[in-house]
Amino acid sequence: MKDMHSTTGAREPFIHLAGVRKVYRRGKEEHLAISDATFDVMPGELVSLVGPSGCGKSTLLKVLAGLHEHDGGEVRIGSAEHPFDPARDVGMVFQAPLLLKWRRILQNVLLPAEILGLPAAEARERARALLALVGLSGYEDKYPYELSGGMQQRAAIARALVHDPKLVLMDEPFGALDALTREKMNLELLRIWKESGKTIVFVTHGISEAVFLGTRVVVLTAGPARMADNFPVELPHPRTLDVKTQERFGEYTRRVYRLLGME
Amino acid sequence: MNAKWGRITLAVLAHVALIVAWYLFVKLGEVPKFVMPSPGATLEALLEPNYDWWRNVSVTATEIFGGYFIALVVGVALALAFTWSKPLEAFFMPLFVSLNMIPKVALGPLIIVWFKYGIFPNTLMAFSICVFPILLTTARGLREIEPELLDLVRSLKGSRWQLFTKIQLPGALPYIFSGMKVAAILAVAGAIVGEFLGSDKGLGYLMLQVQVTLDTPAMFMAVLLITLIGMVLYGIVLLLERLLVPKDARLA
Repeated sequence: MKDMHSTTGAREPFIHLAGVRKVYRRGKEEHLAISDATFDVMPGELVSLVGPSGCGKSTLLKVLAGLHEHDGGEVRIGSAEHPFDPARDVGMVFQAPLLLKWRRILQNVLLPAEILGLPAAEARERARALLALVGLSGYEDKYPYELSGGMQQRAAIARALVHDPKLVLMDEPFGALDALTREKMNLELLRIWKESGKTIVFVTHGISEAVFLGTRVVVLTAGPARMADNFPVELPHPRTLDVKTQERFGEYTRRVYRLLGME
Repeated sequence: MNAKWGRITLAVLAHVALIVAWYLFVKLGEVPKFVMPSPGATLEALLEPNYDWWRNVSVTATEIFGGYFIALVVGVALALAFTWSKPLEAFFMPLFVSLNMIPKVALGPLIIVWFKYGIFPNTLMAFSICVFPILLTTARGLREIEPELLDLVRSLKGSRWQLFTKIQLPGALPYIFSGMKVAAILAVAGAIVGEFLGSDKGLGYLMLQVQVTLDTPAMFMAVLLITLIGMVLYGIVLLLERLLVPKDARLA
């Protein structure tokens, strides 16, 4: 199958999930965290995983990060065209910026490069360029506490990109920010995504955020955990806040609201 | 900057005021020298060559600094071993919490039976009294790592040693320093108690000697010097904290 695709030149998915299951066991009790997650992500896509708490979206992200084993189904990341090295091709952003308080911003961004043992001079140059990309030029020598929450999260995004990973996993990265900062960061993320060309999996429980950012939205529901929907978002790029007033945008968000039983 | 100098001036003033009050109390109250010597009489005690001040100061300082340093190394190493091995922690930690309950001063007579007089048993005394606070706070600090930070390092297949040097140890430093500050005060007490119980040199030993002859100025001087040694140790700890831990990360 794989060979056939590459010889015909058709684009292979970068991530292929088929019937993925994950069960947590505590003693004799079993808790189904993910069941039958099936979707593909093309290279360079930004996929939103949306759902309520306990729907397994963070667990799915950990499976993609290689932090958790899955219990069933198939997880394939990378393709002949875009090979994937699980050790150095994952960048992660969490809800909290998790910057190290004792390191200046530049040193914080460099952390993954240090762990991977990348050449220091090149990594520093790249870190500076990334800080410029996320709008933090001039803050290289500040300590985290000197930055606002939104700025700290920008630094965390730069840190996730410093080792040039092919896949960036974001777990509710803007969930702790105030509403206005969040809107601003959404626009920033779209710009950073376009300029870096990364494949991004973005976990959120914000429905309009999921639709606004995603080229594709995967909807997960809780109790029992299952994948409820997976659809492409055909809204024009580059997206601006005007998109949110379009009828199509409303249709997409209503579709998700319905699935989550809120309409 | 101005506010900072203002604070320093006030701190110096408070110390000077105490010495002046001490002087006035002794002078105006006509307090006999063997009850409470004046500041001047206390300083004069330094001139008595038989008391061998310098040698006694260096003995006591060796015990305090030696015991403290060994406690720091042992405490941090044990705490690290505990974060690396859960069974080890589960086995030893409750034991150490119980051992911490022993009043270390009560071990003094035993230590003398086992190790005789001298610098070593007193160093051991200082060590035993300050190793626990360092161990307990360090273990706590090493545990305080955010689980997501652990995920971040693991997603990059970082090693345990990288996790320790890049995240756990610097993250635990504020805790380690809070333990070190408590231990600095205890180390001084430990060494002096050791010298009281059985010793042939050191400031604690000297105090017992001059007590017999009611040379109160010398006793005052000894206490002053012990305090100064403690202040030097505490000052070094504060200085290191300033150098190693950024302002925002310090524990009060």
